[in-house]
Amino acid sequence: MRVSLFVTCLIDQLWPSIGTSTVEVLRRAGCEVVFDERQTCCGQPAFNTGYRSEAQRLAKRFIEIFEETDSEAIVSPSGSCTAMVHHFQELFPDDENWRNRARAIAERTFEFGSFLVKVLNVDNVGASFRGRVTWHDACHGLRDLQIHSEPRRLIQNVKGAEFVELANADACCGFGGTFSVKYPEISVAILDHKIAAIEQAEVRAVVSGDASCLMQIGGRLSRLGSKVQVLHLAELLASNE
Amino acid sequence: MNQSPETFDTNAIQALNDRQLRAALLNLASTFGERRKLAILSVNDWEGLRAQARSIKDETLANLDQYLEQFVLKAENNGAQIHWALNGEAAQRLILDLLKEKNVRRIVKSKSMTTEEIHLNEALERAGYAPVETDLGEWIIQLAHETPSHIVVPAIHKSKRQIAELFVEKVGIEPTDNVDELTKTARRVLRERFAEADVGISGVNFAVAETGTFLILENEGNARLTTSLPKIHIAVMGIEKVIPRLADLDVFLKLLPRSGTGQQLTAYQSLITGAKRQPDDEGPEEVHLVILDNGRSRMLAHPVTRQSLACIRCGACLNACPVYQQIGGHAYGSVYPGPIGAVITPQLSGIEKARQLPFASSLCGACREVCPVKIDIPELLLHLRAEVKQGAASRAASQTGKVSKHRIERLAFRFYAFAWSKKLTYEWGMKIARVFQRSIARKGRIGKVSGLFAGLAPALEAWTDWRDAPTIAERSFREVWREAEKTKGK
Repeated sequence: MRVSLFVTCLIDQLWPSIGTSTVEVLRRAGCEVVFDERQTCCGQPAFNTGYRSEAQRLAKRFIEIFEETDSEAIVSPSGSCTAMVHHFQELFPDDENWRNRARAIAERTFEFGSFLVKVLNVDNVGASFRGRVTWHDACHGLRDLQIHSEPRRLIQNVKGAEFVELANADACCGFGGTFSVKYPEISVAILDHKIAAIEQAEVRAVVSGDASCLMQIGGRLSRLGSKVQVLHLAELLASNE
Repeated sequence: MNQSPETFDTNAIQALNDRQLRAALLNLASTFGERRKLAILSVNDWEGLRAQARSIKDETLANLDQYLEQFVLKAENNGAQIHWALNGEAAQRLILDLLKEKNVRRIVKSKSMTTEEIHLNEALERAGYAPVETDLGEWIIQLAHETPSHIVVPAIHKSKRQIAELFVEKVGIEPTDNVDELTKTARRVLRERFAEADVGISGVNFAVAETGTFLILENEGNARLTTSLPKIHIAVMGIEKVIPRLADLDVFLKLLPRSGTGQQLTAYQSLITGAKRQPDDEGPEEVHLVILDNGRSRMLAHPVTRQSLACIRCGACLNACPVYQQIGGHAYGSVYPGPIGAVITPQLSGIEKARQLPFASSLCGACREVCPVKIDIPELLLHLRAEVKQGAASRAASQTGKVSKHRIERLAFRFYAFAWSKKLTYEWGMKIARVFQRSIARKGRIGKVSGLFAGLAPALEAWTDWRDAPTIAERSFREVWREAEKTKGK
């Protein structure tokens, strides 16, 4: 299947390895991967902060670029950015044309992990990893896109990895985009419950499908001097050890 | 203690530093969350029930004028007297006039969020009355001169010890940590108040258009006493409380207690259909219903905000909310706290006064997941955020000189939307940032940022106070990809 990659700006600039891992896993699963370099951001930060016209500008651009890409599916290693694409329609309440175009794009946009399991029917990509791992459900993937069992199945099929369920796997990590800097004290108070559960799980790595949650969780773990690694699902699935 | 939504940021920090409060909240979330999960298992088709409830509410709200009219006609036929109040002050005045006209002195009240919303107790006290709250939780916070911190459990923020100390101070009992003893004390004192009361004031959970009946749910029996012992009963309800048919109650009586407290049913359901007709009948001689708008018709007018009126005040979203779980209800500075409060308060009190509240959420969606009437609270928060930003923009335009926080943020988002919508500016912008970060990055991460950089990037400062920040990679994904493509081409 010909798949176009939506790599998200956070991954492009901060964690390119998540992008390269995504490409590798998709190729291993038999996909031909294309990447349009004109893409930047889906506009989520603006949309979530109340700047609708700014978000609309980026959404229109996103739609135009991906309309021109010849592919069967658009795949992104981010639940929240995928969810944002599914929200594009709301940015055009008075414009049927753009609303329809937004809907058409949303219909072929998938989050990486659920794409593997639900669209490609692949739940074992031949990865291997040593040690205990746990999964954090990123809120947008979980509640906007209803992704729950897919990443767990993928992780359970990683050779050598021992999967343990996190005590509060479906609880928010406190990131919430600009919330994390508008109300940093509350954000970190929420985060610390997540951190406590991770420490209690005694894992080598905590895995998630959203780079922003990993930035929040990883940033705190790093500040606290913890040895627990944060890994994106794509990185875990690309690993070979 | 009576905080305002305008100072949400400082209220929240105060709450975060309150250890006792946070211990109480931790308990709340796990207890009610677990109980709710168990209670919904006892219903065959929970999702179907939620959908049904929402469609009943949607139908009602789409024809609210008709259903209200029908309810009022029936209620009047049942002998209730109807009063309309456009806002809180009108409702206060109405009730005060009524009390004066009837020449009453002693008032008991059962728990009601609507009377909290219009600050009825304060108005009554200003007029020289001493209304007595008879719900245990409400009585406790009344003794402490506080407002409720939760829609269903108003005194959830108080520990057993604090309550005991309050009773020693205000009721004059001997110090005790025995809960039974405390409950007995409350019962003894409140019984006397019931016996001597001339008027009982209550809220309304549901008002049935078909029969003119209204319903109050509770667990302690005090609402039943409030509405039946005194010779006058005054009930205050928002216009959105009406439901079309008696049969619809089946749906809501299954949903509300399970969502709120994890009970299959509350201990008491009082259905009230007018005043007593014969001298030998029991119950009040007069029943007055104050029907309140107070900004509700404004919510009704817009298709997105209309769903706010579907709320049945179960409090499930509070229990599920990660933000509420950390800071409790008082920080919101409003009688309606938590996610639903963050949505309703700005609509009731005006968006300017409560403009922080729609942002006091990580948009995790847990509230939407538990809401028995499927209110899309995140959608509402986003809608209100856009409204706040529009308001801020017009406010900034009318101001001159002062550079506000809003202006800086707006400028940043304008710049982002401009730069990020061109490949060239995006790539070069990030390259420049990569050079800049060299002076603050250590071993691939950025620790606490202060000084010049903090001034330049307040968001980075706020982030790195408690968390390390990642660095921009030496080579972006697109650079890696480009190189790989080039090699492939050779």
